[in-house]
Amino acid sequence: MKERARDQGGPGTLTDELATPDVIEGPLPGESLAELAAEYQLRPSSARPGVFAYAGQLWARRHFIVGFATARNVAMYTEARLGQLWQVLTPLLNAAVYYLIFGIILDTSRGVPKFLPFLITGIFIFNFTQRAFITSSRVIVDSLPLIRALPFPRASLPIGYVLIELQQLVFSMIVLTAIVLGSGEPLTWYWLLALPALALQTVFNMGMGLFLARVGSGADDFGQLMPFLVRTWMYTSGVMFSIQTISTLKKHPTLTYILQINPAAVFISLVRNAILKSERLAWPGSQPYNAAKCALYDFKGTHLENSAYCHGTVTMNQLWLYGAGWAVVALVVGFVFFWQAETRYGRG
Amino acid sequence: MADPTVIVDDLHVVYRVYGAGGDKGTAATALMRVFKRQRRPSVREVEAIRGVSFVINHGDAVGIIGRNGSGKSTLLQAIAGLLPPEQGCVYTSGQAALLGVNAALLDDLTGERNVVLGCLAMGMSPQETKDAYPSIVEFSGVGTFIDYPMRTYSTGMAQRLRFSIASAKSHEILMIDEALATGDANFRAKSHEKIMSLRGEAGTVFLVAHNLAEIEASCNRVIWLEKGKIMKQGYDVPGIVDAYLEATGGEPRKRDKPVDVNAVT
Repeated sequence: MKERARDQGGPGTLTDELATPDVIEGPLPGESLAELAAEYQLRPSSARPGVFAYAGQLWARRHFIVGFATARNVAMYTEARLGQLWQVLTPLLNAAVYYLIFGIILDTSRGVPKFLPFLITGIFIFNFTQRAFITSSRVIVDSLPLIRALPFPRASLPIGYVLIELQQLVFSMIVLTAIVLGSGEPLTWYWLLALPALALQTVFNMGMGLFLARVGSGADDFGQLMPFLVRTWMYTSGVMFSIQTISTLKKHPTLTYILQINPAAVFISLVRNAILKSERLAWPGSQPYNAAKCALYDFKGTHLENSAYCHGTVTMNQLWLYGAGWAVVALVVGFVFFWQAETRYGRG
Repeated sequence: MADPTVIVDDLHVVYRVYGAGGDKGTAATALMRVFKRQRRPSVREVEAIRGVSFVINHGDAVGIIGRNGSGKSTLLQAIAGLLPPEQGCVYTSGQAALLGVNAALLDDLTGERNVVLGCLAMGMSPQETKDAYPSIVEFSGVGTFIDYPMRTYSTGMAQRLRFSIASAKSHEILMIDEALATGDANFRAKSHEKIMSLRGEAGTVFLVAHNLAEIEASCNRVIWLEKGKIMKQGYDVPGIVDAYLEATGGEPRKRDKPVDVNAVT
């Protein structure tokens, strides 16, 4: 210990160094403040931990993250008279609107064996990603008071928001199960495959949520643009039609392939194939191909390559690999990208 | 035991404010800006702290005084690591806990959920939170309102609850930003005791207050900020407070009787 440390005095002591009309500007004599800090092992208050230390801090706050998500979810409907009932009513109304437009008015059911459960599954699964994206792109701006009040790893917030959406998804899945079973689809062991598919989707949403949270933390322009980007994505991901049966896509096999391996389409297909027997049987690989049904969707003799029953571009195994790949890539990239700006989020 | 716990080294903090005036704010002017490739004129930089340096030791209770807008709250946020410095650095011996006026907990949630989430966010385990819960509610004195959403609380009640949550854990560095201003006399006396005991636990306490009696009663050191710079600082608390009062045109404080926390300046 150096001399000076001793005579700086306890509470109330007037010391020779600090008693005089003491405006300390710049370093103390003989030593810079940074050196003094190093001597007593003080750390910069806004220092960013290493990426693994950061992950550790995040894990230590897991109870906070889950508590935060649950509490927000409960609070979401406290102002409504029907209360928590909206958690079930919202997906039901969503399903009704889309069925009216795409099932009845526009009739996009071509090439799909059972359209109602096909459509509702697509909407609910896409909605999970859509809502996670939109809310996490605004999370930093929305939580500025909380960020300026309490120190905690900021990644807790986007992850918490994705968990809120996951809890909402649970209610959607209950509604979905009722609709699927009600439409005559059987309950099979394949249904269990929906769980790993949803787990992969959740990981993907968290990674992208972290990524978008940082992008959306700056100027608000991105937050305004986000709903349009997500809507475009929805219309290209086979939510309300089967990508394989769109006639304009038949001439573009590469484009069809890309559309089928985009993350939203991958997760939707995985869940559809898990809980819908009609989809699973129509998927190439589960049987050579359904020539009879394929012929029903024949256009000028090109039917062998393109329809829900007889195309052969992406197999089920490939879908699982793509799903896992998207999840891992999104998580790693999103986490590192978010972490890089950790100390800048309070600025606003 | 006089090791430094907080070192502030030539700190500058700059706010970037979007949507400040200087623009008619119509779509047409926005379009013209895009064509002329101008930066948004409504983005303004406010230099809230400009070049502040000091060393705070173990066991110090530091009062920070200054007019509105002199950078007191900003300084605390920077020490807590909540606002990144533009230049310079703040070194601390541990995580500083900041308890501010707008330490926004979640208004839609009940007091109970806020207590639990606040404790968890401070890094307490679920078991520690459970153990601390009764004493937090007891200390806050909000009574049956603990089951109501926090948006139904009066300003004073909300501040009492926040103070109780933040002081549930013993922090190495605790910073209190006007958090006691709206508490009633009884609560101020209680929180004064709490601050003294936190200081006794060898922590460091920062206190921002416009109530100078409170500063004199609780602090052994004072920093006077003016427009983001230090005017005066040191251990001569009454002297600096008097100088501050003189500069701002207030009456010098009378100190013939023992200092009373609840007195109004």
